[in-house]
Amino acid sequence: MRRFNIPHNFELITIIELYAQWIREGKLVVNSDWNRDLGVKFTVQDPCNIARKSGSNKIVDDLRFVIKTVVGEENFIDTVPSHDNNFCCGGGGGALQAGFPDQRRAFGKIKFNQIMATKASYVIAPCHNCHGQIEDIGEHFGGEYHVVHLWTIIALAMGMLAETERAYLGPDLAEFGL
Amino acid sequence: MAEAIKVDDLDTELKEDVLYKVPQGNYDLCLTCGTCTGGCPASEQFEMDPRKLIRMINLGMDEQIKQSNWIWVCSMCARCVFACPMNVDIPKLIYNLRQKVPREKRPRGILGSCDQHIRTGSAMGAAKEDFEFTVLDVAEEIRDTHPGFEDLEVSVDRAGAHMALNQNSREPVTEPEEMGPLWKILHKVEADWTYPSVMWAGENYCMFMADNEGWKYIIEEFVYHIDNNLKCKQVVNTE
Repeated sequence: MRRFNIPHNFELITIIELYAQWIREGKLVVNSDWNRDLGVKFTVQDPCNIARKSGSNKIVDDLRFVIKTVVGEENFIDTVPSHDNNFCCGGGGGALQAGFPDQRRAFGKIKFNQIMATKASYVIAPCHNCHGQIEDIGEHFGGEYHVVHLWTIIALAMGMLAETERAYLGPDLAEFGL
Repeated sequence: MAEAIKVDDLDTELKEDVLYKVPQGNYDLCLTCGTCTGGCPASEQFEMDPRKLIRMINLGMDEQIKQSNWIWVCSMCARCVFACPMNVDIPKLIYNLRQKVPREKRPRGILGSCDQHIRTGSAMGAAKEDFEFTVLDVAEEIRDTHPGFEDLEVSVDRAGAHMALNQNSREPVTEPEEMGPLWKILHKVEADWTYPSVMWAGENYCMFMADNEGWKYIIEEFVYHIDNNLKCKQVVNTE
């Protein structure tokens, strides 16, 4: 809209900012009790569009606030680098469909190494391109991690994740809380 | 002995052309420091990197640039320009180089997704009727089989809803169950929301394809629908 100067009456916001707002307001009641004994470790991907290209760290700070609330601060391991200086996963800009898989995976090796260094067993990817790419490089380079949507973990923590909604969870959480 | 390059004699048509569209591109200001390349995960793919590309465009190596597929490996992630001391806008150069490729010669996968989106409202080619059917069907199943969500409300094109949500078409098309957790969260916070049926998908491959016309059309259709038909106060990007 900004690019083409298209006027509009609505406010554009991300679901991540709303999750954070709802948690702060007490509307979204969720905590990390479920993970206190389990200690499942999570890391995150900063999608370029909501991190570096949004012009501030606001959204990705909200993202971390939500994740820490839901999995426990001690169970969140950030990548290095992170936030607006994080690496692109290599799946963006159309790369997933550009037809150069070898180059796309070589690009993604940097992201893969970053994730492996966190030793986290789950990567939260709040963008579909990132999700697809990080899963693909995980399989290709032999990573043991699982890639999940943020809503999956929020719903899991709230005890409302049905059996059919667990396609991306690993065996450790596949039946947890059912 | 090698001859010195006479900068004033160089024919840099491609650069002039991009600079006309991107006056703030700063391509002449490159110091060749290589900070862009050091932090670019696409460096070395197809024997190219950001610094090399800027050198090539400044030296008028237009034909060699046009022969490289590197512009489709670069994801325009903007890490280069973010770090560049001279603010050389490499992502915008890439976007314009993509635009120089004849439309039908751009990668088939991206082209197909862009055309599908223009035609149906989503890159995966799911028409709004299919989208609506899938969404309402999955919601019905949740109400029937997930205890505590008997009164889950999911709607398409409910005028006057506070929020309009977009949804990546991967969900309704290939993994509809993945929408459930999001809806349950919205239900718990009593959000007043709906899905728009026009250009409902979250992705935009026309942008990746550097198809300005297609990109603009998608956004205009979407904005018109929200502002004139649904009158939602917020549009929520779900990814």
